[in-house]
Amino acid sequence: MGTSAEEINGLVGREYKEGFVTDIASDTLPPGLDETVIETISAHKQEPQWMLDRRLEAYHNWQQMTLPEWAHVDYKPIDFQEISYFSAPKSSKDKLQSLDEVDPKLLETYKKLGIPLEEQKMLAGVAVDAVFDSVSVATTFKQTLFDAGVIFCPMSEALREHPELVQRYLGSVVPSGDNFYAALNSAVFSDGSFVYVPKGVRCPMELSTYFRINASNTGQFERTLIVADEGSYVSYLEGCSAPQRDENQLHAAVVELVALKGAEIKYSTVQNWYPGDEEGRGGIYNFVTKRGICHEAAKISWTQVETGSAITWKYPSVVLQGDRSVGEFYSVALTNNLQQADTGTKMIHIGSNTRSTIISKGISAGRAQNTYRGQVKVLAKAQNTRNYSQCDSLLLGDRCGAHTFPYIEVQNPTAQVEHEATTSRIGEDQLFYLRQRGLAEEDAVSLIVNGFCKEVFKELPMEFAVEAQALLGISLEGAVG
Amino acid sequence: MLSIKNLYANVGDKPILKGITLQVKAGEVHAIMGPNGSGKSTLANVLAGRDDYRVTAGEITFNGKDLLPLAPEVRACEGIFLAFQYPVEIPGVSNVNMLKASVNAIRRYRGDKELDAIDFLALIKDKARTVEMKQEFLYRSVNEGFSGGEKKRNEILQMAMLEPRLGILDETDSGLDIDALRVVAGGVNALRNPDRAFVLVTHYQRLLDYIQPDFVHVLADGRIIRSGDKSLALELEDKGYGWIEQERSVEARI
Repeated sequence: MGTSAEEINGLVGREYKEGFVTDIASDTLPPGLDETVIETISAHKQEPQWMLDRRLEAYHNWQQMTLPEWAHVDYKPIDFQEISYFSAPKSSKDKLQSLDEVDPKLLETYKKLGIPLEEQKMLAGVAVDAVFDSVSVATTFKQTLFDAGVIFCPMSEALREHPELVQRYLGSVVPSGDNFYAALNSAVFSDGSFVYVPKGVRCPMELSTYFRINASNTGQFERTLIVADEGSYVSYLEGCSAPQRDENQLHAAVVELVALKGAEIKYSTVQNWYPGDEEGRGGIYNFVTKRGICHEAAKISWTQVETGSAITWKYPSVVLQGDRSVGEFYSVALTNNLQQADTGTKMIHIGSNTRSTIISKGISAGRAQNTYRGQVKVLAKAQNTRNYSQCDSLLLGDRCGAHTFPYIEVQNPTAQVEHEATTSRIGEDQLFYLRQRGLAEEDAVSLIVNGFCKEVFKELPMEFAVEAQALLGISLEGAVG
Repeated sequence: MLSIKNLYANVGDKPILKGITLQVKAGEVHAIMGPNGSGKSTLANVLAGRDDYRVTAGEITFNGKDLLPLAPEVRACEGIFLAFQYPVEIPGVSNVNMLKASVNAIRRYRGDKELDAIDFLALIKDKARTVEMKQEFLYRSVNEGFSGGEKKRNEILQMAMLEPRLGILDETDSGLDIDALRVVAGGVNALRNPDRAFVLVTHYQRLLDYIQPDFVHVLADGRIIRSGDKSLALELEDKGYGWIEQERSVEARI
């Protein structure tokens, strides 16, 4: 099961044939990790000295750390010296020249998702015309944001253009020594998004990595930082709902959210990376650290739909530091075939009158394992806090597993913490009922699963919700019968 | 329309139907009566193609087509509708959503244009009135938290929306109060026409006061032991099922 390091290497190995040192145009470093590699990454990005220092500090932390083993996932050890740590966007001559060169299976998926042809090209990494609509879309988009004072750019650009903001907030929510993968990311992160919304500004549009074209080829170690200044609001959409072309790779991202007094951040993810094939060969190892901090009366809401990756290890969390702050986590995690997911959240109540809500829906099919792991922690000084958690699991077939590990730690007697969990199986009765009404078996399953996920889908922005529904249907193909 | 010849069927390993023969023509209403465990519901489920119900011998044709190899959804698309004895709850899926998917699946199968949201809503609101169902029910999850009567009315609403050629009602009347029974029967009667047939599986004669059947069949131990017109139902009401069984055993001894 899962991917072996050799396989990862095999793929990465193909990439770096030309080598970073001998041919700069290919922009890929040879495998291996040491201080020189980190210095090279930093230099390539023309980073300030303090950034390099932080990277090296993180690297030294990482060297002292051991691979976390508590998660309910099973995979062969990863050899971190066999991975290449930098692969910048390739120049257009390296890109595929037309859709004919793209894996037909992938195109089929795009078609089912109703993604327009030009966007298909972009997603698949096909070189697009200079006159391509999205270029102008992106330009208008940038102007609108600029007028509102919103900064939205690649992290590497932010490091050059807005170093004071980055220096102040980067690593303030997820310190470099936080965990093994976060430390690795802090040492070698390639790029990602930076967002700053000024005081009192309601970001005029939903921000999405999709529109930031230069992020479409972002490497395995993304770093995203969103800062919402006092009283501001921003909604951020992450990921595209199409599988990436790259297979067999380790993906260790870090996302940090800072919601200052009275601010609100809504962060939505639809993750559909390559899950591996029916036999569990290939697929992405998705080890992600996502955390937000809420100052007084601020609100952070995570919504995630996770259908891809061979392994998902991800716990978007909220530190409710300020009084009256609110944290929310809405999650759908679907695993099919041999996929494994260990995902959930942490809600840390530090301020008084803080509230958190956790709604988690896990769906397991095939021989997949799906785990909810969540922590609700109420510190001693946090008065009158409330948490409501609901974890529902749905099983398709009898060879998959659903697991729930809630950790609840309450140090203040005024807290109200509720936890509800259910596990159910898609009933033969339900399937027969819908089939008797004319629906094919797969459509019936899809309808039932979408119904199961409704409470989470309603939190997604409209277009995302539609895509997420379509995606669930596709991910479940062949799960019954 | 429906032709059942010498049908034998098992539920699991247990033989339940033991040689049923029945002809249903377009426009007709047939009532299937009989004591508990006689095989009435099994017959309804076999017609709809439920998984655990295995036909061991005999044949069923529907409008000339062999029904047995067809999947349940294909039978539904061919025009067979089963109103369930125990309608199933589907959390998070609204009535409107489910029915839109159903109606359009069937329309696609028949080569008709799918209904868009506007036409569909107009249609379902109109049909909901005929079964005296409040609009809010349309947006609630399928059967979730519905009372027994509401579930059965919902079945009739679905039948009205899907306009089947053959409607099979599996004990739709059981557990209904008199008002709900009237509404359910009204819904069926409104759908009666020369091209459509009904098979009413029922335990009680009461339903037949509201829906006049053309034929009444009595099922016992997996066989039709007597067929007649509506008067047979009345006689059963009067004398109970034991009466026919006794007559049969007398006949058998002679």
